[in-house]
Amino acid sequence: MKNSLGREIPETIKGYYKEVKPFTGAYDNMADIIKTQVRAKSIMPDEKKVLDNLEEVIKKSGLKDGMTISFHHHLRNGDYVVNMVMNQIASMGIKDIKIAASSIFPIHSPLIDHMKSGVVTGLYTSYMSGPVADAISEGILENPIIMHTHGGRSRAIESGDIKIDVAFIASSTCDSYGNINGVYGKSACGVLGYAISDAYYAEKVVAITDNLVSYPVCPIEISQDYVDYIVVVDKIGDPEGIVSGTTRITKDPIGLKIATLAAKVIEASGLLKDGFSFQTGAGGISLAVAASIREIMKDKNIKGSFMSGGITGYMVDMLEEGLFDSILDVQCFDLRAIESLKNNKSHQPMTATMYGNPHNKGAVVNNLDLMILGATEIDTDFNVNVTTGSNGIIMGGSGGHSDTAAGSKLAIVVSQLFKGRLPVIVDKVTTVSTPGETVDVLVTERGIAVNPKRQDLIAKLEKSKIKVMSIEKLKKIAEGITGKPMEIETDERIVAAVEYRDGTIIDIVKKIKR
Amino acid sequence: MNRLRRTILFMPGNNPNMIQNAGVLGADSIILDLEDSVSIEEKDAARDLVHNALKHVDFYGCEIVVRINSPSSPFGIKDIQVITKAKPDAFMIPMATEEDMEEICKLVGKIERKEGILENTIKLIPIAETAYSIENIADIISASNRTIAVLLGAEDLTADLEVTRTKEGQEILYARSRIAHICKTYKIDAIDTPFADVDDFEGLRKDTIRGKGLGMTGKAAINPRQIEIINQVFTPTIDEIEYAQNVIKAMEEAKGKGKGVFSYQGKMVDAPIIDRAETILEKAKTAGVI
Repeated sequence: MKNSLGREIPETIKGYYKEVKPFTGAYDNMADIIKTQVRAKSIMPDEKKVLDNLEEVIKKSGLKDGMTISFHHHLRNGDYVVNMVMNQIASMGIKDIKIAASSIFPIHSPLIDHMKSGVVTGLYTSYMSGPVADAISEGILENPIIMHTHGGRSRAIESGDIKIDVAFIASSTCDSYGNINGVYGKSACGVLGYAISDAYYAEKVVAITDNLVSYPVCPIEISQDYVDYIVVVDKIGDPEGIVSGTTRITKDPIGLKIATLAAKVIEASGLLKDGFSFQTGAGGISLAVAASIREIMKDKNIKGSFMSGGITGYMVDMLEEGLFDSILDVQCFDLRAIESLKNNKSHQPMTATMYGNPHNKGAVVNNLDLMILGATEIDTDFNVNVTTGSNGIIMGGSGGHSDTAAGSKLAIVVSQLFKGRLPVIVDKVTTVSTPGETVDVLVTERGIAVNPKRQDLIAKLEKSKIKVMSIEKLKKIAEGITGKPMEIETDERIVAAVEYRDGTIIDIVKKIKR
Repeated sequence: MNRLRRTILFMPGNNPNMIQNAGVLGADSIILDLEDSVSIEEKDAARDLVHNALKHVDFYGCEIVVRINSPSSPFGIKDIQVITKAKPDAFMIPMATEEDMEEICKLVGKIERKEGILENTIKLIPIAETAYSIENIADIISASNRTIAVLLGAEDLTADLEVTRTKEGQEILYARSRIAHICKTYKIDAIDTPFADVDDFEGLRKDTIRGKGLGMTGKAAINPRQIEIINQVFTPTIDEIEYAQNVIKAMEEAKGKGKGVFSYQGKMVDAPIIDRAETILEKAKTAGVI
């Protein structure tokens, strides 16, 4: 069958964890639901939660063959916890484990051996890059993995679509009764926004820490009433990989040109006024857009309400300059963001569900005026691919892409018109991550295309003498330079099911023919 | 006014990626450089690259100028022989003398005829970068009827003068003024020297305003990030445009009433004020701001 974007979705997908529901529209599947129930088992006043080692924790947690365990990705490419736990599980002879990790990075390459040996047989994630992503694309697992959005992952956990048996929570700081924060310790990572649903809805919750402190820790982000066991290890991560350092604004003239054009679009949209809210990624062009917005706000004395999402030092600077009232932070990208979260009351943490879950009583993304997004590919229907490369190999995932595009008043994709030898605009994207109906504008160095459904915006841009062209024309310009790439050939085997934030299947990823 | 030359951007002639994107950066003119930014061993390859780029790359209406190597070097004449066939808008001549301009003008004319290119299609822009060329700039300009602008090259000029090059630019006040005046006499553009500190945007703005205040009509950029500021300085502001529109409106009203002389905002308006208003509106129109 075809979903509403015309993507072919099989009636049944072997090994898919629930009934196949094709995507029918970005706002077509809102919820009136009862969230899943979760077991709470009380402990006696004198019971201790700190156990001797990981083996004891795993035994006590009741982990068995076929169960699902979860991890957060706040330690990013410096995370030691996934590998540490999986090695222990493997050594205990446990098999057929499904991993629900909010993201997978190159550091997690030892998972490949666990997949080969049958220790790991399933994966749910919102983003993956590196050797594990390559191995999945090549069909290392018998059943497809499930890719969510950040908000969609919380939705899946809270609805019971994903039932987590044991959540292993990497904890930068934890006290002896299980109160956790991410802002202190040698492996500080900042907010723990992506771990909160896991803590609230898993059958068993294990805090793994390298900074056990006396009770009670301050501040508390995940509280003791959700945590079953605590285990202390030497190191939960490598600080070098946890925070990528200060992200820099691009100096590439093409990136800057795109940012300048995007800023003009934003100004012409009329959204850039007192109370303005926005989110942008940490990439060079996105930060350059932020820099342009910063200048306009200073020039025109505009005071914004909030910035949200993954937070960099650049946004902290804007907060401290008084350009915005607050930050809603789901993930800290650098040390400056962690420091700000620790010290500035206007810099608040948020959970992934508060950030982007469509099936709650209102997510932060719904309050965003502007979202700046990237794209690997965008098609003439404005559908965006950030999941697979043009070669069909998984190299990313939606993360918050679809959530913010759906919620924000203006979703702008910024991209070079061609990358390397490949045009960014195609007839049909290799994989749909974000549906075109939620994407408003594409800004490239060679022109701006507006989604035809936004005639109001087209009129505003024309009034401001901003030249708008059709996305088909932009595509032609790109192909005039690069030529038209050949389509990739795929096998019939499905290696990933890509879920939209509401849990419907927006696309599937098939194995690449070598 | 056919073409604005507010910003004239230098681009290395040996970088295909930069050349491919040159036309989208917002400069009015692009200089594809075969001289200082290309090392001796890459001269031939860069020449071929620029030749092919001129034939195949879309520069989206930017004026394309090729800075050749000095005609007295082993590369300059060859540059002209090869590049003329690809029909650039103009050649930029380093350390130009009257003799260079004459010789190049003849050579370009010869190739134009041979290649079936309309005569005088390809223009020349001498660089005034020695004390000699500043003093003799009128002769250098008039040595060829292809001359459309002069670029002041302050780095070489100050080296020649043995004076220190400063951000304030007091040492090039005379050169700027002289070039501006003589170019105006010949009705050609006076392009100001680049501002060397590519990270000092406030300094760039001040330097551009300084040059404009002396009569320079555009400025060379050595980094794409300098384009926006230079364009801003050389583009009429909203206030200037409004004032000019009101002057023209007042003039037309006065004409309608049969008045030869009239006043606007309490001041007598005479021919120079009307000329200035017309120039502002023409520039604004060409820049696409009205």
